Amino acid sequence: MLKHPAFHIDIATCTGCKTCMIACKDKNDLADGVKWRRVSEYAGGGWVQRNDNTLTQDVFAYYISVACNHCEEPICVSVCPTTAMHKDESGIVLVDASKCIGCHYCEWACPYRAPQYNAAAGVMTKCNFCIDFQREGKPPACVAACPTRSLTFGEYEALKKQFGESALIAPLPDPAITKPNLFVTPGRTAKPMGSASGSIRNPEEV
Amino acid sequence: MHDSQVWQLNHVGRRTALKLCATLGGLAALGGGSGILHAATDSSGVGSAAERIVTTSCHVNCGSRCVLRAHVANNIITRIETDDSGDDAYGMHQVRACLRGRSMRKRVYAPERLKYPMIRTGKRGEGKFKRVSWDEALDAIAVKMKDIKERFGNEAFYLNYCTGNLGGRVSKSWPPAQTPVARLMNCWGGYLNHYGTYSTAQIAMAMPYLYGSNMGNAISDIVSSKLVVMFGNNPASTRMSGGGIIHDLLVAREKSDVRLIVVDPTFTDTAAVADEWIAIRPGTDAALCAAIAHVLIGEGLADQRFLDTYCVGFDEEHMPAGMPANSSYKAYVLGQGPDGQAKTPDWAATICGVPAETIVRLARQIGQAKPCCISQGWGPQRHSNGEDACRAIAMLAVLTGNVGIAGGNTGAREGGFLIPFALFPTLTNPVKDEISVFMWTDAIMRGQEMTALRDGVHNRDRLKAPIKFIWNYAGNALVNQHADINRTAAILGDESKCEMIVVHENFMTPSARFADILLPGTTNLEENDFTVSEAASEMAYAIFAHKVIEPLFESRDIYDTCADLAGRLGVRDQFTEGRTRDQWLQYLLEQSRPNVPGLPATLDDAWKMGVVKVKNPGAPFVAYKTFRDDPVANPLTTPSGKIEIFSKRLWDIGHSWELPEGDRIPAVPEFTGEPEGYLSPRRSQFPLQLVTFHYKQRTHSTYGNVPWLKEVAPQELWINPIDAGQRAIRHGDSVRVFNDRGTSVIAAKVTPRVMPGVVLLPEGAWYAPDAEGHDHAGSANMLTTQHPSPLAKGNPQHSSLVEVARA
Repeated sequence: MLKHPAFHIDIATCTGCKTCMIACKDKNDLADGVKWRRVSEYAGGGWVQRNDNTLTQDVFAYYISVACNHCEEPICVSVCPTTAMHKDESGIVLVDASKCIGCHYCEWACPYRAPQYNAAAGVMTKCNFCIDFQREGKPPACVAACPTRSLTFGEYEALKKQFGESALIAPLPDPAITKPNLFVTPGRTAKPMGSASGSIRNPEEV
Repeated sequence: MHDSQVWQLNHVGRRTALKLCATLGGLAALGGGSGILHAATDSSGVGSAAERIVTTSCHVNCGSRCVLRAHVANNIITRIETDDSGDDAYGMHQVRACLRGRSMRKRVYAPERLKYPMIRTGKRGEGKFKRVSWDEALDAIAVKMKDIKERFGNEAFYLNYCTGNLGGRVSKSWPPAQTPVARLMNCWGGYLNHYGTYSTAQIAMAMPYLYGSNMGNAISDIVSSKLVVMFGNNPASTRMSGGGIIHDLLVAREKSDVRLIVVDPTFTDTAAVADEWIAIRPGTDAALCAAIAHVLIGEGLADQRFLDTYCVGFDEEHMPAGMPANSSYKAYVLGQGPDGQAKTPDWAATICGVPAETIVRLARQIGQAKPCCISQGWGPQRHSNGEDACRAIAMLAVLTGNVGIAGGNTGAREGGFLIPFALFPTLTNPVKDEISVFMWTDAIMRGQEMTALRDGVHNRDRLKAPIKFIWNYAGNALVNQHADINRTAAILGDESKCEMIVVHENFMTPSARFADILLPGTTNLEENDFTVSEAASEMAYAIFAHKVIEPLFESRDIYDTCADLAGRLGVRDQFTEGRTRDQWLQYLLEQSRPNVPGLPATLDDAWKMGVVKVKNPGAPFVAYKTFRDDPVANPLTTPSGKIEIFSKRLWDIGHSWELPEGDRIPAVPEFTGEPEGYLSPRRSQFPLQLVTFHYKQRTHSTYGNVPWLKEVAPQELWINPIDAGQRAIRHGDSVRVFNDRGTSVIAAKVTPRVMPGVVLLPEGAWYAPDAEGHDHAGSANMLTTQHPSPLAKGNPQHSSLVEVARA
């Protein structure tokens, strides 16, 4: 079991295939509509139609796969009125279902929308970093699934050494809010955090 | 659609296959089976107390084949994992399934599963059936088969294009000649065969006129390239497996960081990881390529020595005897041919939509990068002018002398590394007649009118019989994946024409609704089979797919079904040769072991082994390397032995076939406008070009009933903000996509990723008609045409004009 696990996503090679989403749904048997991991499509740019029937464009698109980032300053934990949401000794943020009253505060507060409601059980649920797999020495289901090997995980310090400081790219929120354990390697067309040049083009999927 | 067999048939000629055998034999001689890894585990796998982990596969028709590890307890699948063996080092890497394979248990347990045999009670296509026993169903089939054979002969039996079980060995569903159904029919007099595929009809037919075959370098070979230009090639969507081409591509680029340019009407998922996207109007690739050729020739960037040595028909000095002056490719490009039009960048720009300065820049980059990999997917060829488009793209590789060398390519789609694993033997078809895969609806309506010169009938001047009986085993091209669903449904709806349709299927698909007799088939997780890799560059493998659960409901596998039917037709012993399904698998192991080192001796060993992987012992595959090295000793299989830029064979065909007005078969790869293309007058009525594409939700139509996949990748019409704005369409609005063939209703995805004037529908959504016949699933073939392409008589499924409006 890692002491301080974190995710890394390489935007330069992620093709947005969403295998991570389905591997997560299968492993955790998630109900319809519940997506502990979500792949956002961030795209933008425009077209110019010229008089000679030709077109020019500056279109770009990239994907970013995000689950729970098991933040260092988890706002979901601080807003939880019942202490159900908590951070364990490895830094993994978990829901204690016996304490959760399903009030959604965590969902509303989280800038990544990681906590999600399980209507049948009446409680909030979220990515638990496949803590059971990690205890067996196995990678999280989403990481093991990634066909392009874009999504990886590891010890926070090791990832920092390997990839350097995480890139601050759109459409991710300011990491200062929660200090996420997430490293991002940008791709060719990545736009800076807060950029208005693109938007999330698949709201129905995430 | 079918991907894999084309891979096998076209990408590995006999010579290559023999070489592979020799190489693998050499490997074994090195001792210890170096390069062989015994991956994954079977029933010994660890789970909870009552849980087993069983190795199985996803073997649908995406070109990849993936390892699945099913967790099962009490005959119920609880989880699907994938290959987690070894350290994932490239060359022995994990064959990680994509999202579809990972959703397999939702497919196995789908509510649409067929539970028992049924016989139609309502009108054909209405979907009304009654439950019968297996004996009743098979008796009814046998009686009708004998009746039709007596009246029309075996030529009236057709095995429709079906690729749902493409990657199986015993359960293989395509090509027809490799299926258990073919073995049954061959024991009993044969059947009408088809040539070509819905995936590759035009390129598989046309490329051999240029090269003698249809081969490309492995994608891993781009480590030696200075530039890669992909035309309509999108492995991020069409070869998604973590053991397939997208992984090979990303690994190669990680090594070389080679510049990658994608030419496509869409900013594809491959464009998302590329260096540049050049947007081109659908169906205009040949115009762009002619203009690039114009620049290459004009600026001295063409490789004249290569053209003189290895090619026929580039210029007037290298033409076949007896051809009119100015018939060469160079004459066509420079405007010295019959059309008098120089194919300048300015000329092409207005057609393709690509600015002239971009064409010039692209041409110079292609001409100066040594070597340069020009490749294409199968989108550019799936057009009314696809036979010429695919050759036109290949011309860029020929003009620049990039054929037959590492880091170059032929301009065709990528090849790879295969192991020679034995196929289920199906005996010989006594009937030699063949039609194009796309012409079967016509063969129902006017079979005996169809001729070799007008309709592309092979091996007979005129069809002997119309199609009266259709076998449809594990496929959805009976309705959903064939073009023009309304026309297809009307033809099938006339019960006096095709008299019996037998569908053997897992689900109540749109095609299954048109069955007369509907037989519930096992999914591949309910049967034993082998799955052998297809589209992979540097590592081949075989998955020993062990039965995970007992067959659900009354479902039965295709082998036992055919064996029981063979009994009713009096040919059971011929069909089975005394073997059960498992005994055939054992037979295939024994047939394959001399050629594939490391294969297990027994089925029990195979199930324990799970997967066998073989690393390519040599360099990445380079197509036509021996020809390049010594063209005299190793000629191509074209009549001249050279690359036939001008094909005398096509010249003869173009002057002898009976073609509808507007259809052309030029001897050199010319640009021709399409009946439904950017230059078509029909665009005043239906202004938008509709292109279909491979979507992550489905492999063609397979997996189209899995809610998880619909949730993460919903069916949507992609439309540019400019076109959407003109129609007051907002993202998420329900829209009607229509033309004079049909209407489909679906939500709009408003995105700059598709160019203005073009709309996209992911192909394969399950046709869901309302009372008026309007589809509500976004099923693309409501809108496509059955007018075949000129040479291949293939499906032009990206040549459709439509209009879109808010629903």
